Parts: sequence; C-alpha cells; structure tokens
Amino acid sequence: MSRRPASFFLGGRRYSPAASLLLTAPFLLLVTFVFILPLAVLLRESLFVPEPTTAHYARAFAEPVYLRVMLRTLVIAVLVTALALVLAWPLALVMSRSRGLLLGLLAAAVLLPLWTSVLVRTYAWMVLLQRNGVLNQMLQGVGLTSAPVGFLYTQGAVVLAMAHVLLPFMVLPILSALRGIPEDLTRAAQMLGASSWSTFREVVWPLALPGVTSGCLMVFLLALGFFVTPALIGGPQQMMISTLVSQQVREMLDWPFAGALVGILLLFVLAIAVVFKRAVRLERFVGSA
Amino acid sequence: MSRPPAPNRAGRAALNAAAYAVTVFLLLPTIIIIPMSVGPERLLSFPPKGFSLRWYAEYFGDEDWIRATLFSAEAGVIAAICATTIGTMLALALVRGRLPGKGLVELLVIGPVIVPHIALAVAMFLVFEQLRLTGSLLGLAMAHTVLALPFVVFTVLAALYRFDAELERASLSCGAGPGSTFLHVTLPLIAPGLISAALFAFIISFDEAVVSFFISDLDRKTLPRKMFEDIDFNISPTLAAVATMLTALTIAALLIGYALKRGMERRARRTGT
Amino acid sequence: MGVRDTSQGQVALEALAKRFGPVKAIDDVSLRVGAGEFLALLGPSGSGKTTILMAIAGFEYPDEGRILIGGEDVTWAPPNRRNLGMVFQRYTLFPHMSVLENIAFPLKMRRIGRAEREERARAALETVRLGGMGDRRPSQLSGGQQQRVAIARAIVYQPRVLLMDEPLSALDKNLREEMQLEIKHLQQRIGITVVFVTHDQTEALTMADRVAVLDHGRLQQVGAPRDLYEAPETVFVAGFIGETNFCEGHLDYPAAAGEPVSVALDGGGRMSATAAQALPAGGRIKVALRPERLRVLPAGNGPAARVKEAIYAGNATTLMLEDEAGQRLRARIPAGGGLHEPRPGDHVRLSWQTADARAFAA
Repeated sequence: MSRRPASFFLGGRRYSPAASLLLTAPFLLLVTFVFILPLAVLLRESLFVPEPTTAHYARAFAEPVYLRVMLRTLVIAVLVTALALVLAWPLALVMSRSRGLLLGLLAAAVLLPLWTSVLVRTYAWMVLLQRNGVLNQMLQGVGLTSAPVGFLYTQGAVVLAMAHVLLPFMVLPILSALRGIPEDLTRAAQMLGASSWSTFREVVWPLALPGVTSGCLMVFLLALGFFVTPALIGGPQQMMISTLVSQQVREMLDWPFAGALVGILLLFVLAIAVVFKRAVRLERFVGSA
Repeated sequence: MSRPPAPNRAGRAALNAAAYAVTVFLLLPTIIIIPMSVGPERLLSFPPKGFSLRWYAEYFGDEDWIRATLFSAEAGVIAAICATTIGTMLALALVRGRLPGKGLVELLVIGPVIVPHIALAVAMFLVFEQLRLTGSLLGLAMAHTVLALPFVVFTVLAALYRFDAELERASLSCGAGPGSTFLHVTLPLIAPGLISAALFAFIISFDEAVVSFFISDLDRKTLPRKMFEDIDFNISPTLAAVATMLTALTIAALLIGYALKRGMERRARRTGT
Repeated sequence: MGVRDTSQGQVALEALAKRFGPVKAIDDVSLRVGAGEFLALLGPSGSGKTTILMAIAGFEYPDEGRILIGGEDVTWAPPNRRNLGMVFQRYTLFPHMSVLENIAFPLKMRRIGRAEREERARAALETVRLGGMGDRRPSQLSGGQQQRVAIARAIVYQPRVLLMDEPLSALDKNLREEMQLEIKHLQQRIGITVVFVTHDQTEALTMADRVAVLDHGRLQQVGAPRDLYEAPETVFVAGFIGETNFCEGHLDYPAAAGEPVSVALDGGGRMSATAAQALPAGGRIKVALRPERLRVLPAGNGPAARVKEAIYAGNATTLMLEDEAGQRLRARIPAGGGLHEPRPGDHVRLSWQTADARAFAA
C-alpha cells in the first residue's frame, strides 16, 4: 500500500474524473442521439440541400409573408412578456409577504397551471372564447352584445392565452428574488426615513430585478417558440414562426426551408440565452415544485 | 393594535385585490372545464344544464381514446424510469465529481428547456423518420426522456444538496464500502427526491404535446396528439372530461410531490443540517 | 487482549505534510500516540488539527509522510478498511435508522449475524447509559443523547483507535462539561486509544493525557496538560494556553535554557525571568508571566504600578495595572485568600518568582 489508490469513490470525497465521466456517459449518449444529432441534421438540410446555399435563409427574409410572420412572433412574444410581468408582479409581491395557508393556496394557484397540460389550458381558453363559448354566452346574456363576437383567432386572444400559460414562469423567479430580501432590510430603510415608495424604489425593486429579468427572459424565450397555443387559438390568421415551421413540414414538405426557419429561431433563442446565461436559472422552477 | 395609516392601507388593499384577481385568472379557465364536463348537452355551456357522466362514459367507451391513453402511459413510465436513472447519475457526477467540461454538460442539461420544442419536434421527426422510429414506443420514450431530464436533474440536485454528505463519511468510518454506503445511506435519504422526480418526469411525458404531435403516427397516437386533433376538429365535451381527468392527475402528482418534499425537509431539519 | 492493546492501539505520524494550494495545512508533523492514551490535538482554526485527524481517518491523503496504526502503514488505505472509530462534530446519525440500527450498522457492515449484532449494540447502548432508547429515532433524542449514540456506534466494533472531531462543540456549556468527564471515564474504562480534536483549551486540558498544540500546521509542543501550562516551550503555546502577560525587551548576554536572566525592558527597567529556551545575546525577548503568578503588594520598594481597573468575577478579582513605563499588565487575586485587594487608582508594588516569568526569543 504505497501508492495512492485510484478507487471509484474515495473517503467521502469527490469522484475521480473517470468515474464522473462514466456517470455522465448515458446522458451524453442520449442527448447526442436525440437532441444534438437531429438538430444538426435539420440544420444541414437548411444549408446543404440541394447544394451548399444560404438561399433558404434569404427567402425567409425576402418574402413579405414570412417576414411578417417573424415580426408578428416578436411582437406577440414582447406583448406576452409585458402582460405576464404586469400580472405576475402583484401576485409575487403578495405571495412573498404571505405565510401558512394563504401562501399554500396562492402557491397551488401558480403550480397547478405550471404542471397542467398546455393542451388542457389552451382548450379551456378555446371553450371560453369561441363563438358559442362561455364569454359570448355571458355577454349576450347580460345584453352587452347581440351577436357572438369572434374572439378566437385574434392577436389579443393569442396574447392573453399565452400569457396565462406562461405566467408561472414569471411568478416563480420574481417570488424567489423577493423572498431573498430580508424583512429587516425594508424595516431598516423605513427606520432610516424612507417612505414606502422610496423603500420600494431604492431597496425592493433593485433587489428583485434579477428575478424580474430572469422571469422576463424565460417567458420571452418560451413565447418565441411556442406552438400549441398559437396553433389552436391563433389559427392561420395569427401564424407565428412555430406554426409556420409546422406548416412547411406537414403541408409543404419543404424541409430545407423549415430547417432555415428553425435555424433562425435557434440562433435568436441561443443568442439571448448565452447573453443572459446567468439569468436563465432553471432551479427556480423546479425547486418550488 | 393600531391600524396602519390610511394611504398605506389603501395601497395594500389594492395590491391584495390585484393578486387575488390574478389568482382567479390563473385558475378559472382550468376550473371552469370541470362543471362543463358533466353537462348533458353536446354544446358546452356554463353553467351546465343538468348533470350527466355521459362524456366520461364516451371516453371510456372509445377504443381510440383508451389506446392513446395507454400508449402515453407506457411512454410516460419508460421515460420516467430512464430519466430518473440517467438524471440521478448525472446529478451525482455534477455534485460529487470532477467533471472535465462541466459547463458544457450543464448547458446540455438546460438545452431541451431553452431550445423551442417545435424545433426539437421537427428535427426529431426528420431523423426518426429515416430510422423508422416514428410511431414507435422507443422513439417517443427516448424523446420524452430528454425533455424530462432537466427537471429530474434539478430535482435530484436539490435532494443531494439537502443531503448531509458527512453521513457518507460516517458510514465509511463504520466500515461500509462505497457501494454499501450508497445503498444503505445515500439512496434511502434521497429516495423521496427521486420519487418526486420520476413523478414529474411522468407528468411531463404524459402531457407533452409538441414532440409527440410530430413523432407519433396515426396508428399510435399519444393522448395529447389525440386531444390536439380533436380540439382542432371539433370541441366535443369528451375533451372536457379528458381535461378534467388530466387536471385531477396533476393535482394528485403535485400533492404527492409536496408531501415527499415536506418529509425530506423535516428530516433534514431534525438532523440539524 | 493485552497483546492487542499494546501494539494495535498505537498511532504514529511520520513527517506528515499536506498542502492546500499555497497553504501548508500540515507542516512536517511527527507524533506518536501510545496504546490506550488520550491525546488532544489543540489549536486555533486553520492550525491543521482537523486535517491531521482526517488523514488518520482516511478522508484526506497527505502529500508526504506516513501514518502507522498498530505498526501497519495505512497512509493510503481507504477509510472503511482502517478499522477506526470516528465521532463527528454534528453527530451524523443516520436519520432513517433507529438508534439501535445506527449502532448495529458497523457490525452489519462487518457481516456479523443479526442476533449478535443486536446483543452487542444493546451492550454498547448500555455503556453510554442510554439503555432502553434503542427503538427511538435519532431525531427524538437530545443533542447530548445523540452524541452518546454516536460514541456507542463508534466503539461497538472495538476499533483500534477512536477519533473525535470536536464532538462536544454543538452542545451547550453545562452539558459539554458533563460529557467531557463522561467521555474521559468511558475511555479509561474500555482502555481505547483516543485522538481528540478541539479548539477549546479547557476541554483539552481536562480530558487529555497529553495535548499536542498546533499552529499554522506546525506542531508547537506535545506534553501533559500541566507541562503545557507551567512550562510552555514557545511563545505561541504560552499565549494560547491560559492567560498571559507579555513584556517585551532585549537581553545583553546569551543564556542557556533554564538560566535566570535579567531582561532590559523596552520601556526602561529590568525584569528578572528564567530563560525558557536558549537565548542569543542582543536578541528580542518576550517574557511571559501568568496573571495569577503576579503578586500585588501595597506600595513600597520594587517595581511599582497603578491600578487602572478592578474587575470582580466572584471567584477572583482581575486587576488591570499600568507600570511606570506604560506597560499594561493583568493580575488575578483569588477571592477568600485574605490577600491585599487594591482599588482603582491605588499605587501598588509588583512581585513575582523568577521561575514564573519565562523568557522567549521573540
């Protein structure tokens, strides 16, 4: 026993690089085959079929139809993010000050939608918004409208439903930032003569900002590539980039162009994710589940 | 107990009102489906004109629905088992290991969350079609394992951080080898985390709509794909029944997950870590 | 049994060294612990005492040197093969096992049958005076009880050596003092070798047969508690163990250890002392003098001082003094001895035995 032993797991200390790699291997294999490879093949399609070309990318920007879809996607994503922030802020603030049963109920209200099928929630919005849906029935019952209003397939409906679906992703990071502010800090600010408005402006908001940034980025990223809700509630009238990709693949069978659209979407999303790497913190969503 | 000064009180009341309104906004669309699912008429109405379980009966009597549900459940169980196993190994390596390129691995973990599902779905469709994996249980389970992995990894990481690593040293000092230590000490103590990770992996797979919309096929549909097509086609009340049952399933999973987490936290607190 | 006791329980560290980056956590430490001996590793945080314990336990590997237990080189052996017992700072009982299962765990790992396991675990539980608590969960016990269970778990398989890493630091003061004696008595009863890490000098002096004082990874002095207090060999030990007045000055001539010297103080005046080590001529000197060895007499001929403050603490009164040169000193006057107890502002005369003032090269 004169040499340092190369054991798998030594003395409650760290695993050796070899052992760590062994533990990571199944993950790497799976991710390579099911995540990296398919994306690479699709992007290759967009750049090298039928011959090495950037024509498919150029087409997305050259034709007004597609340009409009991409612009609409951006506009909807921004609107969804803004609406989600406005809705999430008061809820997160009240949650951060609540305890016990009230907190439990509010948390359940946020977590239940987070884990409920997106389809179920989108379906619920369709039931509410369609021509003979709940909202129209109520409006006519009260006498506000005489004929059904077409809420479905409008930009407003898409934004509202998407904000609803993505709201938990805004509430949770803001809540976790607000919870991290010690109560003594706001008390101290008030003792030092700050009004409740300046306490908010000088203490609460700056400290909550990382959570707000994180929530906004997450919602924006998810909104950019969202498929189910725009496909069902937006329809062809409110086509976003995801629905356009689907259409190209399923109806036009134009793989190279679909690949180019995915490439543009990926580039955009990854650029944002890389720039704000630290703000996109997934633990926040899992830790509270 | 004196009351707070008036402007403060008004502001607080407005804030609370806004928060409760948002809560209602969050819950209402999902909740409203429940009474509508027991209405007797084909045209969904609120409030329902009567009570009937005919749409539930229709679901259970329809072979298409049942087949889709079973297929999704199968894929969900496989994905949950695979994701939990692979994710736990990875989490152990991330916490305890000296991993070359750790940053890259971490990036790959959150990859499936950052990359839009539509991009993944289309890409997988393209590759799986060539490998004859579309419509197969294997292909679907693999895809869902990748989608569920980020959540599993972070849940297990949280459990590992809560776990007092000194207990492993204590076990080794008692003469237990590394294997026995993992089996007798580490595993029992992080098990609640693993179970809740598996539970949520199952829910993610079971509810996943986009990827399965593309890589399942007409003969072997997942439940979400079947729902997707039915919604697009006509909004039948059977869907309301299915949606209600899915919501109930989610609530059950959340409650179990919550109970497991509470148990783990209580244990961590008691041992004074 | 007797043969095993004399050879198996010995611990020897030979020129042990360990670096963490640029920091020398253990700096050339050699140390022998006899079978059945209670040795305390004492030092401030960062002194390397815990790292030494972890190297003996097998949780750290040294960069240089060897560790021998019972004459066998275990430097690279994994911790689970060293057959040592260990008690941790925070109890570290397995929360998912009952008290009895915790104690039986090391026996189970040694593939001892269920019946014998339970019998021995119960016996160990009796040894730490917790009989009848076996079915409880660790969380249902108090801190002191949990630590006793941890001790029972560490001794149930009759290990060669029992290692203890600040095992009492999580307990409150009264319980800590009670447990100090209890552990000491237990150790004497079962005759096991103990290596005990602590930063609490009272604990070390109370419990240990010998104390090893460490600072910055270096072994400063090893000795019986009385020797450390009465005859510290380094300035660090003199300052670290107990309370000490330091007076600085220089020596005009060289002196061998044990010789009486007259130190020229920086503020003027001379101080009679005993050289604690060989002192070079003209070198800087620090003289250490314990407060309770400094006698305070009514003003008269001899070194004079003024009382700045008198702090009454029940069993003794501490005087804060300042001599003519501005040197501050503390003196402790035990209560009830009928000794002269001056008031603040009084002028007094100081006196001490030359042997009590120990001169070190600074």
